Amino acid sequence: MKDLRLMKGNEAMAEAAIRAGADAYFGYPITPQSEVIEYLMRENPAERTGMQVLQAESEVAAINMVYGAAGCGKRAMTTSSSPGVSLMAEGLSYIAGAELPCLVVNVVRGGPGLGTIQPSQSDYFQAVKGGGHGDYKLIVLAPATVQESVDYVKLGFELAFKYRNPVMILSDGIIGQMMEKVELFEQQPRLTEEFSWATVGKKPDRDSVIVTSLQLQSEEQEKVNLRLQAKYREVEKNEVRFESYECDDAEYLFVAFGSCARITRKAMEMARGKGIRVGLLRPQTVYPFPYDAINKLAGQVKGILSVEMNAGQMVEDVRLAVNGKTTVKHFGRFGGMIPSPAEILNALEQKIIGG
Amino acid sequence: MAENNIISPENLVYEKTSVLTDRVLHYCPGCGHGTAHRMLAEVVDELGIQGDTIGVAPVGCSVLAYYYFDVDMQEAAHGRAPAVATGIKRTMPEKYVFTYQGDGDLAAIGTAETLHACNRGENFLIVFINNGIYGMTGGQMAPTTLPGMKSSTSPYGRDVVTMGNPLKMTELVAELPGTCFVTRQSVHTPANARKTKRALKKAMEYQKQNKGTCFVEIVSNCPSGWKMTPAESNKWMEENMFPYYPLGDIKVPS
Amino acid sequence: MARKGDVVINIESCKGCEVCITACPNQVLALSNEVNSKGYHYVMKVNSACVGCANCAVVCPDAVITVYREKRKQ
Repeated sequence: MKDLRLMKGNEAMAEAAIRAGADAYFGYPITPQSEVIEYLMRENPAERTGMQVLQAESEVAAINMVYGAAGCGKRAMTTSSSPGVSLMAEGLSYIAGAELPCLVVNVVRGGPGLGTIQPSQSDYFQAVKGGGHGDYKLIVLAPATVQESVDYVKLGFELAFKYRNPVMILSDGIIGQMMEKVELFEQQPRLTEEFSWATVGKKPDRDSVIVTSLQLQSEEQEKVNLRLQAKYREVEKNEVRFESYECDDAEYLFVAFGSCARITRKAMEMARGKGIRVGLLRPQTVYPFPYDAINKLAGQVKGILSVEMNAGQMVEDVRLAVNGKTTVKHFGRFGGMIPSPAEILNALEQKIIGG
Repeated sequence: MAENNIISPENLVYEKTSVLTDRVLHYCPGCGHGTAHRMLAEVVDELGIQGDTIGVAPVGCSVLAYYYFDVDMQEAAHGRAPAVATGIKRTMPEKYVFTYQGDGDLAAIGTAETLHACNRGENFLIVFINNGIYGMTGGQMAPTTLPGMKSSTSPYGRDVVTMGNPLKMTELVAELPGTCFVTRQSVHTPANARKTKRALKKAMEYQKQNKGTCFVEIVSNCPSGWKMTPAESNKWMEENMFPYYPLGDIKVPS
Repeated sequence: MARKGDVVINIESCKGCEVCITACPNQVLALSNEVNSKGYHYVMKVNSACVGCANCAVVCPDAVITVYREKRKQ
C-alpha cells in the first residue's frame, strides 16, 4: 500500500533521510530549513533505525562531523540555508578532496550576506561551480516538488556512494516550506558494509586507512585532480537528468529549475493558450547540466529564456549549451521575490519574441 | 665483549612500539612531538586496541601524524578535529577515538569545536600539544605564546595589550561539566614522559567507560621556532612555560 | 650491584638532538664526530656503564634506541 502523506518539504526530507537508512544527521538551525532538524529531534530516529542526530555548534562543525562519519563509511547528511552553506564551503572542499560520500541540502534563501529568509535560487553558482577552494564538483539535484525532495534524498545517498562524492540537493524556501502530497518510499536498511576506504579500525591484514585531502607532492596532487576529473566526466556521462514539456513543436524554449520551473510551466501554458508555441526544459541535475539536450533544442527554437530566481546564473550554462546557435536571454526576480507566470510570459514576449 | 651477551631477545626491555610505523619522523631534532606520538602509540599497543582506534590529525606540524600512527586515521581541516572526531565517535561508539592537535589548531581556529566537544562530553581523547608557537608555518605567534615571547609575528615580544593574553585552554575545558579527566603534562624528561603515558592510558580507560571527554595537554618545545638547541629549549620550557602552564592533573573523575 | 644494560642505536634515524644524552644517568651516550647519511651527528655509546634503565629511549623523539638489560641472577 502506498504511504501517502501531506507534508512540508523540509519535514518530508527529514523523514526521507530516516527511511533512506541514514546513519547520522548533523545540523545547525537556520531559516528556512530548521524544520529538518526539528522533525528529526521529534521523531528520534535513534529508536527507529539507530540513526544519530546532533545539533552542532555551527555549520562549520556540522559539515566536519559529516566528514568524520562519512570517513567511517556512514551515510551522513546535513541541511542548511545559504549563509550556512557558505560556512560549509571549507568542509565540502575537504570532503570532495578526500573523496567521501555525503548529502548536503541547501534550502536557498536570498543573498548576498545575511540577505533575506525568502526563497531564492541565487546559490546556483556556489552549488554547481564549486563554492569552496580547489577543482571539485558537487553532484547537484534540483527538486521542483516535495515528492522530488524526498526521492532525491534516497537518490542523493546512492549517487554519493556510487561516486564517493558529496551530493547537494539545491532546494529553496518555497519547496522547503510548502506542503504537498508525497508518497514516501519504504524504510531502507542502514549500511552494514565496511568499506575498504573507510576508517573502521585497522585490520592486521591491511595497511591503516588514511582519510585525507593532503598531498605534499604536486605530482601526487595532480594525480588526485586527474582522478577527480575522470570521475566528474563519468558523472556527466551517466547522471544527467531533466524533464521537458511541450518541446516537440516548440518555437521558443524556457529553461528553469526547481520551484521556478513550476511557475514557468504555468507561463508556458498561458503562452500556449495565446498560440505561442513554447516548451520548457527543466534540469533536475544542475551539475551535471543537460548541455546536450539544450544544445539539440537550440537548433530548433528561435530563442531561449532562462527563468531564474536570481540575477542571472544558470543562463551562463544555457549559453554554454547553446554555443551561439540561438538567442539566450535571462529573466529573473531575486532577493526573495518570486516571479509571476504573467511576468514570465511578458518577458518571453518582450525579450525573445519581440527582441 | 661482555655487552654482546646482553643484546639478545630475552634481555629486551625497550623497543619502538609496532603501533608506530617505521617512517622517519619529519619533525625537527629534539621536538617533543615524536615522544608524544610514541607515548600514545605505546598506550594503544599495551591496551591492545590498535584495531579499534581511530585517530584524527590536525593542521600544523603534526598534520602528517597519520604517517606515524599505524591506526586508521582521518585528516581534519584546521581546527575541526573535535568536530570530525564527534562524527566518528557518534557513528562508531565502540571505537577508541582521539584527536591530536597543536595550540594553533586547538586554541585559535578550533576553539569553538574544542569547547563544544568538551561541553557535550564527547567520549574521546583530545591530545593537545602546546609549544606556544606556530611551528609548521614558520614560528608565528600562537594563542598560547607567552607574554613578551618573540615570534615572527611578535618580533618585539608578545604585547598582551594589543595581542591578547595566552589562552589557558586546559583550565577552561576543566570548567566544563562534559570533561572527565583534564591534565597537563610534558615529555621532555624520562619521568615526565612516563607520567604522560600514564595519563594517556587513564584517558583511554575512561573512554571505554564512556565517562566524557578526556583532555591531555602536553607542554612541549619548539627548538626551531624558539631558535634554541633542543637542550636549551627544554630548559627554557621549564623556566618559562611551566610557571604559566603548571603541570599536573586539573580534573580527575570522582 | 646494578644489572648491566646495553643500547642499540638506529644511527640512520638519529637526528642528534642530544635529549637522550641529558637523560642518561651514567653519561653513557655522546654525539659522534661522524655524521649519518642525512648529515646528523648521531648519538653513540662511549662507555660500558649502561644499566638498561631505558631513560634515553623513553625521551628519544625519534624512537631510535632499543634497550637491553641482563636478567636478574637466579
